[in-house]
Amino acid sequence: MNLAIDCQGLVKRFGSYTAVRGVSFQLPAGAIMGFVGPNGAGKTTLIRMLCGVLVPTEGKATVLGYNVLTQSEEIKQRIGYMSQKFSLYDDLTVKENLDFYAGVYSLHGKTAQEQKARVIERIGLTERTTQLVSALSGGWKQRVALACALLHSPQLLILDEPTAGVDPVSRRIFLDLIHQLAKEGITILVSTHYMDEAATCDYLGFVFYGRLIAFGSPDEMREKEAKDSLDDLFIYYVENEALDDPRNQAFKKGGRG
Amino acid sequence: MGRFSWVRFLAVLRKEFLHIRRDRASLIMAIAMPIGMLLLFGYAVNTDVDHLPTVVWDQSQTADSREFIASMRSTQYLNPDEFIQGYRQIEGYLDSGKARVAVIIPPDFGKELQKDNGQADVQILVDGSDPTVARAAMSAVQMLGLNKSLEIQGVRLAARGTVAGTSMPLNVETRVWYNPDMKSMVFNIPALIGLILQNVIAMLTSFSIVREKERGTMEQVVVTPIRSLELLLGKLLPFVFIGFVSLTLILATGIFWFGVIPSGSIPLLVLLSTIFLFTILAIGLLISSVARTQLQAMQMTFILILPSILLSGFIFPRETMPTFLKILGGLFPLTYFLEIVRGIFLKGVGMEYLWQDTLILCAFAFILVGIAAKKFKKNLD
Repeated sequence: MNLAIDCQGLVKRFGSYTAVRGVSFQLPAGAIMGFVGPNGAGKTTLIRMLCGVLVPTEGKATVLGYNVLTQSEEIKQRIGYMSQKFSLYDDLTVKENLDFYAGVYSLHGKTAQEQKARVIERIGLTERTTQLVSALSGGWKQRVALACALLHSPQLLILDEPTAGVDPVSRRIFLDLIHQLAKEGITILVSTHYMDEAATCDYLGFVFYGRLIAFGSPDEMREKEAKDSLDDLFIYYVENEALDDPRNQAFKKGGRG
Repeated sequence: MGRFSWVRFLAVLRKEFLHIRRDRASLIMAIAMPIGMLLLFGYAVNTDVDHLPTVVWDQSQTADSREFIASMRSTQYLNPDEFIQGYRQIEGYLDSGKARVAVIIPPDFGKELQKDNGQADVQILVDGSDPTVARAAMSAVQMLGLNKSLEIQGVRLAARGTVAGTSMPLNVETRVWYNPDMKSMVFNIPALIGLILQNVIAMLTSFSIVREKERGTMEQVVVTPIRSLELLLGKLLPFVFIGFVSLTLILATGIFWFGVIPSGSIPLLVLLSTIFLFTILAIGLLISSVARTQLQAMQMTFILILPSILLSGFIFPRETMPTFLKILGGLFPLTYFLEIVRGIFLKGVGMEYLWQDTLILCAFAFILVGIAAKKFKKNLD
């Protein structure tokens, strides 16, 4: 099987704090995988290691066949990334943002023009290209960010809570886009808090306190623990883990969650 | 590590210019601040003391006393415009600051001068609260008194029929070089090139990088294949450009508005300014690697600016500073650049005298750019 992501025993420590404690999973190419888990569980740290931005303290991982430790340049050129915080230049127009990212991904001349035209058409930004990003609504901003992440035709799209703080209609449009992209053969890794989003993924990973405590397809996972919905499953996992974990005496009293 | 990519570098460069064009505050800072500071410092920081308001209590009221007052006016240092009576009024004038100098001519002034062997007294009261003003006023009146005495002595000797030698037994001839009129503007304006470049460029550079951190756009940029060198050069080059625009503006204003014309080589000045510019860019970069917000960056820039004004020799001569402060002042690249810029502007000297300062400046540039680039790279990873 062709693997988009293959990670084994990834660990990341920041000083004495361990953000990710040994995560292993394999994601086949062309699939959509969702990361779910409470805030501060280590999802973002994990994602940033897979992007080649953070160096893992221990363990190894390959993304699209490239080693995250030694080949981060190759990885960066082949993945698209969008973060939870909206991070485009809002004093620039949509087109200027696209121009910048096209350049940053070494696209130039005719290729750059074609790729820009393609994503503008694909994401439906034709009417908006001359607008300043600061004048756009949250949903539109996210679509522009997605357009920027797709310019270089990435094989893997990594989305870190892409729909946080976006209205339901925009969220739906955004999700449909993601699914269409997956049908076109792009592998997608998305972290989310929304269970309806998670339910549509091919694979789900529950991340809790730096560990991947469950991995599988949504249906498999639900059946395994005999839960009706993903919400129940999620809460079940968190509570179960919380009881096991000595650090979480405070959790039961309404501490960190 | 991939190779340096011009496409990526140019993408950053183009984006930076767009930012600068959109950001009116930066534009104003880059263009209006140099000119504003130049006008402000050019006019306000003026240590030339002349035309001091002066009150006169002329109790003599003779041709002699009037002539004395007239020659006081012609020194250009004093403006004896107010005539009053009595010490009480003098006190009022000095207390209120309406006058800096009071001249008291006693009733027998004229009579004593006309007498063959007479000695006339003049009392001068000087407001000493500002030592610079007091010193200038005192040397002006003392010089005047001496000249007047010699002149009267000559007349008296001639009247006695003595063959008075017109030449003095001792003649001290002074020539002031480089700034013959001793205008403080000529001293200040070249130095302002350094100060303004330092302030504007350090602030703008640190702002442009901190802004990306603050808005989270840096987070997006680091997941792209861009290399730190491409990003660094792309972000800094626009400020080299702005630096040159500022430099040109300051030079033009200095030359055409204030009439301070460099007597040395302008190409050399531009070349050495470029080295100085790099040290400043590196300082801006270092500030941006520590500061998290633009406000912090601003505060840090001010922490740099104030001591550099006081310790670099911009206003106060470094020769008279205590050793500790002298060493402290030696830590600012501005200190060496001021030597260079004043040397070229005022003395018209070239590398034969400036090589030491230039070497030190180069060392600063290399070390600071090295540290800053390293920190920048580390922050990206």
